[in-house]
Amino acid sequence: MIRLEKRPQPSRAWSYATPVLAVIVTMIAGGILFAVLGKDPVLSIRTIFWDPLFGEFAFYYRGQLLVKAGPLILIAIGLSLGFRAGIWNIGAEGQYIIGAICGAAVGLAFYPMEARWLIFPLMVIAGAVGGFLWAMIPAILKTRFNTNEILVSLLLVYVAEQLLASMALGTLRNPEGSGFPGSRNLQQYDSAANTELIAGTGMHWGVVAALLAVIGAYVLLNRHMLGYQIRLTGQSPRAARFAGVRPRLLVVFCLGASGALAGLAGLFEVAGPAGQISIDFNSGYGFTAIIVAFLGRLHPVGILLAGLLLALTYIGGEAAQATLGLPAAAIQAFQGMLLFFLLAVDVLTNYRMRFGRAEVA
Amino acid sequence: MQRRTILKGGAAAAATLALGRPGFAGSHLPVKAGFIYVGPIGDGGWTYEHNEGRLAVEEHFGDQVETVYQESVPEGADAERALTQMALGGADIIFTTSFGYMDPTINVAKKFPDVKFEHATGYKRADNVATYSARFYEGRAVQGTIAGMMTETNKIGYIGSFPIPEVIRGINSAYIHAKKVNPDVEFSVVWAFTWFDPAKEADAATALIEQGCDVILQHTDSTAPQAAAASAGDVITFGQASDMAEYKPLPRVSSIIDNWAPYYIERVQAVIDGSWEPTDTWGGIDSGMVKIGEITDAVPEEVKAKALEIRDSIADGSYHPFTGPLNKQDGSAWLAEGETATDETLLGMNFYVEGLSGTIPQ
Repeated sequence: MIRLEKRPQPSRAWSYATPVLAVIVTMIAGGILFAVLGKDPVLSIRTIFWDPLFGEFAFYYRGQLLVKAGPLILIAIGLSLGFRAGIWNIGAEGQYIIGAICGAAVGLAFYPMEARWLIFPLMVIAGAVGGFLWAMIPAILKTRFNTNEILVSLLLVYVAEQLLASMALGTLRNPEGSGFPGSRNLQQYDSAANTELIAGTGMHWGVVAALLAVIGAYVLLNRHMLGYQIRLTGQSPRAARFAGVRPRLLVVFCLGASGALAGLAGLFEVAGPAGQISIDFNSGYGFTAIIVAFLGRLHPVGILLAGLLLALTYIGGEAAQATLGLPAAAIQAFQGMLLFFLLAVDVLTNYRMRFGRAEVA
Repeated sequence: MQRRTILKGGAAAAATLALGRPGFAGSHLPVKAGFIYVGPIGDGGWTYEHNEGRLAVEEHFGDQVETVYQESVPEGADAERALTQMALGGADIIFTTSFGYMDPTINVAKKFPDVKFEHATGYKRADNVATYSARFYEGRAVQGTIAGMMTETNKIGYIGSFPIPEVIRGINSAYIHAKKVNPDVEFSVVWAFTWFDPAKEADAATALIEQGCDVILQHTDSTAPQAAAASAGDVITFGQASDMAEYKPLPRVSSIIDNWAPYYIERVQAVIDGSWEPTDTWGGIDSGMVKIGEITDAVPEEVKAKALEIRDSIADGSYHPFTGPLNKQDGSAWLAEGETATDETLLGMNFYVEGLSGTIPQ
């Protein structure tokens, strides 16, 4: 008989091992799922995890991996700061949208002037500010009226989606688009385009920003007073108050930082891979980033790896759909399994497994 | 290796390679045809019918053609990757079956000059990008006629997807023909901002029914509105993009069926023959691209007769659904007596006709 015994302290070794274990268990369970669907399980898993990295067309996929992982990492880093302190920004998707709208609006306002040194940096700033301000709504409501930031930030996603639709149909619509919704394509506007820095690598400014965010967050959490306060608040809010942490300031900082980073991600996406403001510009990065943050144990380096892993399941999953004919739903189930197993094996971090009968206390 | 060079080497290398490979005639079988779908193939509507077209291609050509597809591809940045993936995988012709794939299709087409692309419902073409769509508004004329004659509350609900010309054309056409047979008819349009989202579509249908609508028209792809109407009772609906026959005879009383198979077979044949050209096709009832699904016995004989009369007059070219006199919503003149709308106006339609209430979101 197996019993679970709570550890006095979460196990450090297991907290590193469980994500790896979760991936392995997902591969096995996923393999069974694919086998039941009548596909070769080994081939399917290889197509998802191996081919994008080392297969025939890896030269293309590796770049795409960065394109897909960039915004996920950028957003997840921001979220992880708040999550560590028990401040739950669930509305990164909304901040991502608003960042994209603000950044694109600035770029489009200058059209067709060519001055990259001026326009692109302004767009970047506008993107960050847009995301920041959108995140300030739940922040101020929380600090002023003690509202729940989970609900407010989440519901603001739907407001942002309506705004996005309105922008694509009205204010930002391409005047030369024959009445079709969607803005001008920023990729075709040199001063505003977030182009690949080295052709064919997928490396654009958003990826650079994501890497900088990883380093910045690492330094903040380990070397800075504010980072210490964030960690302390998450571990023991009461102790944090005694240590002189100002909880309101922390709420504003955590929501603001995650909003600004999500806004940046939106800007880099709209000026780069997506190219234009369209009704369905957002594709769920803000929500997926929550998974990335937890998969990465809220640790900057962990998030970097988790973002790449999740991007791999997306890109490999698409490849498996196209080449093996796996249904999209099976790929989504596979990704869901990953999170499920991660949470499930988490129990090993906090509990010890004991074999044998319980001793009578 | 060849495709790899194309992607890396850019336009110059690509042009040379393209020149060195004038056509596929005889040299390159099987031809690989790829399909990018916006919804799941089991949506029972739009994507389902495109997939039926793909299956028809497989059946028609047998060993000569191999098909691949990818479903539920989001419109935007992800579409570009899905397309590149397919082109790298050796597809010779790729059908992108939703409006939002327009820019991604053009972008990827530039990188693969010897792959043919076919974009549904868009307006951008290139040397290797053709466009195709169907005149769904012709089917809407038939629907509007049935809806106008069948409604008892005189309130008709319409679930719009995105306010793009294709959808607005449908609303206008349905309204004009409902009004013609029933001057008291009113339309309520709800915008779902999605092509496929059963939960949202069901909500929209329920809301419309609660407002007193007893006819629901939809421009979204799932059967959820049909199910909502069935459970509400005393509401009629129409199959969208596909027959949705499982809801016969009520609430579904008829349908617009998109019949892509003949077009897909023709285009794949053109690739095999090496005669493919970047054409623009807009097929209607006459060419069989738009079909009117069986009108069930729940519809009285005289309504059915009237609907079939409209259908046949559109098919033989004697009647155009947008024939003047027609005014725009703001009362300004649009078409004079007897004048018919040009394709150009229809393709960019961004206004309601007179009598419709509400505004197009912008």
